[in-house]
Amino acid sequence: MSEPGRTPSVSRRSFLGGAGVAASSAALLNQVSLAAAADEPAIAGPGAVAIALTVNGRACEVRVDPSATLAEVLRGPLDLTGTKIGCDRGACSACTVWLDGAPVASCMLLAIDVGDRAVTTIEGLAQGDTLHPVQLAFIEQDAMQCGYCTPGMVMSCAALLQRVPHPTPEDTQAAISGHLCRCGSYPHVQEAMQAASTTRKT
Amino acid sequence: MASDTMRVEKFPFGIAGVGVGEIERRIPADEPPPLPVNSALQVIGKPVQRQDARGKVTGAVRFTVDIKLPGLLHARILRSPLPHARVQAIDAAPATRQPGVRAVLVIAPQDAILRYVGAPVAAVAARTAAAADAALRLIRLDYVPLPFVVDPDLARHPDAALVYSAGATPPLAIAEIPVAAGLPLTGNVRGPDTQGSRGDIAQGFAQAEIVVEGDYRTHTQTHCCMEPHAIVADWRDDGLTVWMSTQFTAGVRQELAQSFGLKLAQVRVKVAAMGGGFGSKSQLGSYGRYAVMLSRQARAPVRLVFDRQEEQLDSGNRPATWQHLRLGARRDGMLTAISLLEYGTAGVGVGAGAGNFAQALYTCPNFAAAQSDVFINAGRGSAMRGPGNTPGAFAMEQAIDELADKLGLDPLALRERIDPSPVRREERRLGAQRIGWDRRHKPGADPGPVKRGLGVAQSLWGANVQTNASCEVRLLRDGSVEVLSSVQDLGTGIGTILAQVVAEELGLLPEDITLRIGDTDFPAGPPSHGSRTTASITPPARTAAWKVKQALFRQVAPALGVAPDQLVARDGRIMVRDDPARGMSLREAAAGLRTDQLSATEARRDDYGGFRRRMGDANAAQNDIGGVQFAAVAVDTETGAIRIERVVAVQDCGRPMNPKLLESQVQGGVLMGIGYALLEQRVIDQPTGHVMNADLEHYKLAGPRETPPIEVVLLENYQGQSATDAYGIAEPSNIATAPAIANAVFNATGVRLRELPMTPAAVLAALRPVPQRS
Repeated sequence: MSEPGRTPSVSRRSFLGGAGVAASSAALLNQVSLAAAADEPAIAGPGAVAIALTVNGRACEVRVDPSATLAEVLRGPLDLTGTKIGCDRGACSACTVWLDGAPVASCMLLAIDVGDRAVTTIEGLAQGDTLHPVQLAFIEQDAMQCGYCTPGMVMSCAALLQRVPHPTPEDTQAAISGHLCRCGSYPHVQEAMQAASTTRKT
Repeated sequence: MASDTMRVEKFPFGIAGVGVGEIERRIPADEPPPLPVNSALQVIGKPVQRQDARGKVTGAVRFTVDIKLPGLLHARILRSPLPHARVQAIDAAPATRQPGVRAVLVIAPQDAILRYVGAPVAAVAARTAAAADAALRLIRLDYVPLPFVVDPDLARHPDAALVYSAGATPPLAIAEIPVAAGLPLTGNVRGPDTQGSRGDIAQGFAQAEIVVEGDYRTHTQTHCCMEPHAIVADWRDDGLTVWMSTQFTAGVRQELAQSFGLKLAQVRVKVAAMGGGFGSKSQLGSYGRYAVMLSRQARAPVRLVFDRQEEQLDSGNRPATWQHLRLGARRDGMLTAISLLEYGTAGVGVGAGAGNFAQALYTCPNFAAAQSDVFINAGRGSAMRGPGNTPGAFAMEQAIDELADKLGLDPLALRERIDPSPVRREERRLGAQRIGWDRRHKPGADPGPVKRGLGVAQSLWGANVQTNASCEVRLLRDGSVEVLSSVQDLGTGIGTILAQVVAEELGLLPEDITLRIGDTDFPAGPPSHGSRTTASITPPARTAAWKVKQALFRQVAPALGVAPDQLVARDGRIMVRDDPARGMSLREAAAGLRTDQLSATEARRDDYGGFRRRMGDANAAQNDIGGVQFAAVAVDTETGAIRIERVVAVQDCGRPMNPKLLESQVQGGVLMGIGYALLEQRVIDQPTGHVMNADLEHYKLAGPRETPPIEVVLLENYQGQSATDAYGIAEPSNIATAPAIANAVFNATGVRLRELPMTPAAVLAALRPVPQRS
């Protein structure tokens, strides 16, 4: 708050100058309000809305509640139950899927906000019957017990391997640091990633 | 099958590496011959791949939370926002009128007492979970708040608010934990339970030349199963089918039949993949009943899945303890007296006793225990991985370490004198070698601000067996083999172990065996708690497979022109023992069966050496399960941070069935122990009675960054006690971790931390106590 008799630190004049617009203030305000209208998101809901998703390479249309998370839509109408919900608050990473190849917590993302980004779930990681090297390594090193956190863990590890062909143990630790596994599979996940790293043809 | 006749057989006996001899056992005549040591076997004892691993890494396996049925309804539970209240009025009618709602259940009617935040009040089943949630918000409820207490120390005060007022009786039933009956309730304190006391404690302390004593505190730990508690109940006119994330399908079936007046034959319980239990999913639970009641009301299948907050508030927990432990010993280290005064709290429940460990581990003629449950207004405790012994070990193993320090003895040398177990002796030797115990220095000897230390602690757990445990093996005409039992796989890999056992007997590969488990349509298997699954179900699986094999031999022997006892099954073939070229493939042999299948169903027999203790279906075998763990820590005396640099876990479980799966399980036990030691703690706000960290952000589990190298060393301990001689490892591997870390912290700093969790603040407070103002 500016004190009486003192110039505010940002005046309208300096803002306009800073905006670099040589036009009348009325014209500028007009432009700003038009831009704001264009950026305004369409109001979705309160009922279900139709959205288009690309999941595991397949385009699909689903009607979803605007408050539905991507995890809920994957597990519900799309019946891709490999994606698990552990905490529903982005704290355990069991729900990890890829959005344009990058791991995200699907419980923290509204399905209506996915847009045209490609979703990859655990069901879409293998090429037909050929498992991803990370999946094979998880099997060989027994990097799981109950298996509930495993799909999310596999997705983060596979994303790491796409990015870094030969990850160090520290790389793996960083990649899975948000994942919780109550059975304690982290040591075998580390072994699996070392195995996947050395066997992988790059 | 009754077996009147017995025969005598010689079994391998002893610890591999120390010396394996033989022991004669009288066994029922229709049991298979002794299994040789692992090195002489093809499949058992080998690091066989987890049978459902592919399904788990592709997301194909279905957990209870993944079950979908036509017309499935979703249930949600309204829970108490107050730690103690009486329901003055409840009106659920508005919820009933909500669109999509199909069933409404009032759990806490007028005048019901709600005793903790999260106590169930009402439940709704609707077409969607959101509709159910919306309906819950319409339920009109008037509470009268009552005085409450959430601190176990304050709860013991004579003026404390009463959790159970006069006339109210606390619920006593708790799975897996024996609870003494008939104990007095004074205020909030139920007890003391003095069972297990022996000798003359006063005389024992009079004989003592040295006494160590201390107060130890352990916190409330929550199970944090990654798959929440979940049930899908489908009530039909002709019977009830339930899918449940459970540790005991057969037990849940029994409970359901009793609760709902159904015949056992009308109830079916199934679990496919199961996302962890750790003791919290041993029973049907009240939530299981609600789901069934809602399904019965709605005439539709109902799915009830806890959210993470419900998991933290109302799915069980490991009780907190306060233990005053006092040891008396002679100068040579021999114990003369052990006394334990304990107050533990399982919230509104019972079962917080931790005395078994101090009672049973070491040689000592005089032992006295007085253990009491203290009620507080918090969610009910339950069994959790090594119940009782885990908090018990935290106190006892530190007291032994302290005694060794005072006597000027190495902690391992002291244990050589007072621990008669040959198994733990070998475990101490192996572990000491592996961790480099000879470089252990005097307490606090490191000069810099980061001080390193080594610590050791021991474990103790019963070699538990359930004799009410059955398994069927079938050989089908095309040569395929099925194993059938209601036994459930929590992620331990028991399915894989069963496949190994049957494959070994029939000369097949584990992947040749089709597993049909986790379904009460199959012979009733054991519960998966108390680390008893492997011990209970692998012997009948082997016996059944052996009987199927004998029947097959009888059928094919004439074609091969020999007596049946001349035949062996190996490498997928049935062949003459002394002339392996004469034979046929198992597939050919099966094709000639007179019937479409050969089948045998067997139940768990008594241990060949007899049981030490019998409690109905659950029996304790002659030997206990040991385990010795070593921890190397670095303590930053400026920040208080404890860094665990390495853990060596030396564990035994009779005959190890699959070293890879055992290694996974032991690493998990150690990690849960690290969380218990350093990170986890349920925190309740005193003024409001609310759990402040009922989530996974603020309730801290050990993650990848807190995971040190964990080296697992497995002992082969042959005792000739059953057709497989195998026992469990889940709980033993969790018990010694926290005290091993605490003892290492003492060795690093010269300061003993007697309270869990050992946070940086606790370390700093112990290193630099704040001077008391006078």
